This record gives sequence, structure tokens and C-alpha cells, in this order.
Amino acid sequence: MYTQSFNVPDGTAPGPQAVPAAADPALQAHFDAVIDADGKIEPRDWMPEAYRKTLVRQISQHAHSEIVGMLPEGNWISRAPSLKRKAILLAKVQDEGGHGLYLYSAAETLGTSRDQMVDALHSGRAKYSSIFNYPTLTWADVGVIGWLVDGAAIMNQIPLCRCSYGPYARAMIRVCKEESFHQRQGYESLLTMMQGTDEQKAMVQDAVNRWWWKCLAMFGPPDDNSPNSVQGMRWGIKRISNDALRQKFVDATVPQAEVLGVTLPDPELKWNAERGQHDFGAIDWDEFWQVVNGNGPCNKERLATRVKAWEDGAWVREAALAHARKQAQRTMKEAA
Amino acid sequence: MSTPALKEWPLWEVFVRSKQGLEHKHCGSLHASDARHALQMARDVYTRRQEGVSIWVVPSASITASEPDSKDAFFDPAADKVYRHPTFYEIPDKVGHM
Repeated sequence: MYTQSFNVPDGTAPGPQAVPAAADPALQAHFDAVIDADGKIEPRDWMPEAYRKTLVRQISQHAHSEIVGMLPEGNWISRAPSLKRKAILLAKVQDEGGHGLYLYSAAETLGTSRDQMVDALHSGRAKYSSIFNYPTLTWADVGVIGWLVDGAAIMNQIPLCRCSYGPYARAMIRVCKEESFHQRQGYESLLTMMQGTDEQKAMVQDAVNRWWWKCLAMFGPPDDNSPNSVQGMRWGIKRISNDALRQKFVDATVPQAEVLGVTLPDPELKWNAERGQHDFGAIDWDEFWQVVNGNGPCNKERLATRVKAWEDGAWVREAALAHARKQAQRTMKEAA
Repeated sequence: MSTPALKEWPLWEVFVRSKQGLEHKHCGSLHASDARHALQMARDVYTRRQEGVSIWVVPSASITASEPDSKDAFFDPAADKVYRHPTFYEIPDKVGHM
């Protein structure tokens, strides 16, 4: 679901850094020609080291975001208001896990291992989408995450289906197909609440108020403050700028909010007939960077939950391997 | 990296037949401890919405692939054999569809 303009630098990895091999000019020229022709790069094709590194960082951050993104909603599975909503939420959270797995696989085709990526996340070096470092306080948050957070993610992800790196593009096509359900179930859940009591309506409005600005920040820093974007565009990894995507999201969301019957918490939000788009207020980027850098309300809790799940599951991973080895030995003995 | 690579489950490639009568198509990969485990994982990861009626899993290490660097030399021999395509032959219009 959720890449924010995830080109924020990870923490530095310990150990020796790979020294990029001097590029063969012919290989570089071939790569450039493929990119210029809007072609695809596949795992075993030659690619510049910086392209590989950027992709590993972006795809793994995207994968981590899917996995950590299971947590805020997972908290509500056992408290869903009906069996129907529980089944829907289970399916959605399972999808997020699946999306993480597609993306880890895509990143592994670039020569990084699953354990390396998991280690980078658990040691706090790797980033994931900041939006998951906020708490889900009420049931309305689950609906708002579907409607707004997944809605913003879809805006971000659709252009990634045309990414120059084949495995990433293919993973994104699969993700986008499934993501539409996520947004629609959230919106529909909110529609239902908006037909309920005054308290339920107020709950929806409160959740919208808390999530709106964070969703706008998901698109990443403004274009004039996003140096990585230029290179990403050149490489066909990024197709549409952060600000353009953010604008698209605002324009798409305003009429949806009207139908729902909620207001968006921005006094400066209004239609600009001249531009044919909505104007909106300034985003608090200091808060965004605070959360990216580990100081959001739930950063520690999210990471601790992931690490605990990984450590508690260690015996299962080991037992499965031990079982596989035993089975293989038995088969060999029978064959002998 | 400080990673104990030996503890990682092996990698498998997953092929799914979307419906009876169609071929199995590569759809991705996953980690699993053995073949049976890989099949179960593949079902959960790649067919949550009835995308398949049959799944193959193959250890990734068992796949032999052509070298991308030798793409030209390897596939070139077919490049100048245009007579292998039906459009190479001109047939009078009055013959109709052939």
C-alpha cells in the first residue's frame, strides 16, 4: 500500500560499503538507451550501482511499510463491531502482509537478502512510511485509513506500475489490483457510521481531522525540496512529482468528503477556478521529519512489536527447517 | 552484514495456472522450508482471490537461465530469418484468406 515518496535516506549500514565498479561505457550506454526508450530493466541486466541501491532502498522501505502497516489496523481485528467487518479487516490486513511479501521478493532480485532487509528494519536503520507511527484511537480510524491512507497510497502506487524495473512494476500491478478493495471498504464503513448516531458521526469527523494532514505529508517533501526525485524521474522509477500527486489526491478527495458529509480540517482549502484545482494550506514539515527520524507517537511501539513477533517466531522458522532436513534425510535413506 | 544466511528458508519460484486450459505462468517467489510448505505459502500469497486452479513451486536454485549479456549472440541467429514468418510471402488477393 504505502510508499510515501520513500526516498528518505536510511541510517548508515555498518560494515564495509561496496565500492561501485567503474561502469563500462558500453553497458552504461545500453542502460541509458533502454531507459530513454521507456523500456524495462530486468534482474540480470547490467544496471548502474546507484540505480540498484536506490531501488533496494525504495522497494525495501515500501515492503517494510506494508508489514508495519499491518499493526495499526491489526489492533482492531478483535474489536471490530461485527463479524462482517472483522472478516473484511482480516482480509485487508492479510493483503498488506501479502504486499510486503511481493515487495521483499522484488527487492531480493537486486541481490539483497530477506534477512538483511529484516535486520535493517529491526535495527532501526531502515525507514518505513511515517503514517504508521500514529495511533488508531477509534473504530473510525480503521475506515479513515482505508479511505484516506490507502487512497493516498493508490495515488502514489499507480505510477509505480510503470516503473522501469520489471519486478517492482509487476509487484505494483498486483498490489494496485488489490488496493481498490481497501479504499472502498474504508469509505463504505464510514458511510455506514455517518448514517448512525451523532456520536458516531463525530467519531468519523474526529478521525478525519487527525489523519488528513498526515496523509498529505505521505506524498513526501515538496518538489523543490526533494533532490532524489529528479534522479528517480530520470531513471523511470518515479513518474509523477510529489506535489503533483498531492494535488491530485486533494482534488479527488474533496468531493468524496462532501458525499460522506465530513469537512476537511483546512480553512485554506478552496476551489481555485483559475487553476482548475484546489488550493490548500501549508503542511507541517517539521512534524513530518520528526516522525521520520523516530520521534512520532508510536515509532518505538511499532518497531518493538515487529521485533518481538520476529523473535517469538524464531523457533517456528528453525523447526520448519529442521523438519525439512529430516524429511530430506528420510527420503535419501529410502532411496538408498 | 551480520546476517546468518543459513537460517533463511530457501527461495522458491511460483507458477500459477489461472484456469483450466491455460499454461502455468510465473507470478513471483517466496521463502519456504520445503516443497509442501512452499505450496501452502504460494496459495496464501498468490491466490487469495481465486487467481489459480493449480500451482507449481520450483527451487529458485534449480533454474538455469540464459545469460542477459549474451542476448545478442544467443538470439541473433533467428533475427535474419524473416522467411520463417507468414508475412514474408506475397499471395494474390484473389486467393483470399490463407
